[in-house]
Amino acid sequence: MNLISLFIASILTSNVVLTKFLGLCPFIGASNNKKDALKMGVSVTIVLIITSIITYLLYYYVLVLLDATYLVNLLFILVIAFVVQMLEMIFKKYFLNVYHVLDIYLPLITTNCAIMGLLLININSDYNLIEAIINSFGSGLGFTLVIIVFGSIREKMENSNIPNNFKGTPIALITAGIMALLFGSYMGG
Amino acid sequence: MKMIKNGIINENPLLVLLLGLCPALAVTNNFENAYIMGLSLLFILVSSNIIISLLRKTIPDNVQIVVYVVIISTFVTLISLLLKEYAPSLNQALGIYLPILTVNCVILSRALAVASKEKVSKTFLDALGIGLGYTFALMLIGLIREVLGNNTITIMDGISSVTGYRMIYHVFPDNNFIPMNFIKEPSGAFIILGLVIALFNSIYKKEVKPNESN
Repeated sequence: MNLISLFIASILTSNVVLTKFLGLCPFIGASNNKKDALKMGVSVTIVLIITSIITYLLYYYVLVLLDATYLVNLLFILVIAFVVQMLEMIFKKYFLNVYHVLDIYLPLITTNCAIMGLLLININSDYNLIEAIINSFGSGLGFTLVIIVFGSIREKMENSNIPNNFKGTPIALITAGIMALLFGSYMGG
Repeated sequence: MKMIKNGIINENPLLVLLLGLCPALAVTNNFENAYIMGLSLLFILVSSNIIISLLRKTIPDNVQIVVYVVIISTFVTLISLLLKEYAPSLNQALGIYLPILTVNCVILSRALAVASKEKVSKTFLDALGIGLGYTFALMLIGLIREVLGNNTITIMDGISSVTGYRMIYHVFPDNNFIPMNFIKEPSGAFIILGLVIALFNSIYKKEVKPNESN
């Protein structure tokens, strides 16, 4: 697959949230308004790009050579935890304003299944290093795009009259379902 | 008994606490996938929480989460190796959603909230209740989606390599049933889960007053 179509596909047609169901906890949890949604999206994109490079190198140059690919889950989660911790320390030391802007959204990413899931997808689809980076970057953008759109819709929804039993998550999920229908239409020819 | 009921109804991880959404949406297009995913989570939750509870005095607080994740990931790897060996088609169907149970919020939240503080017996019962609650919720969604989307109920197909025979039922006669294709797709997953949670709210959430709107 050529790189541009991979990039576009990872943003729209195989959107990480709406077609792969990854990263739903922050999608539902942190998307009450646009600002928080943007912070979450940016944090996810940064961590995705860095971890995809590190895990790619570790997977192909350590695990495959040692014939220990069954350790992949363990290795990836440790890499994610490590990268998140490092980024937090670096931001705290050198980019204090970025650190304050991202505040709690960065540490939350360790247990975000979008990161882990995408890293596994990169490996399972046999992407090379460039493709893996492009796919991670595109997916991060796709995540940011969807979470911002969703956050804006939810801001509007706060003033609308929703049946009691549907308040909160049920209506959010149904909204997401309708968004998924729209994104699904990118797939059809 | 009370704790198990608590896990299934009052604190149902999926329908009340809203944890573990990713696998609930991704693998529930088919009844079999749904219950296998539920049972895998049940096994991983119970065994990892027992280990964590046993080690609760030895694990230092500042590396808590990392240690928990390592323990959980051990059991996740165990399950995926078992499935790969005995039911490869099932392993294919669950795809990356089995390995990412490592970072599943149901397991991690129970480890932090219960296993890190309580005795083994209490941890075991809590994990069992929560795991069963999650499994039942997945089975319900899987059932609805497969019947509406495909007009079938798959009870044994992927695991037929273990059990020896296949069981797939047709629900309605084919000639007067038009499957709703979108239910099988991602959008259907979101909408069905939303409706099921709303239904669950209407039955069990006592504090919600009879609605003034609608």
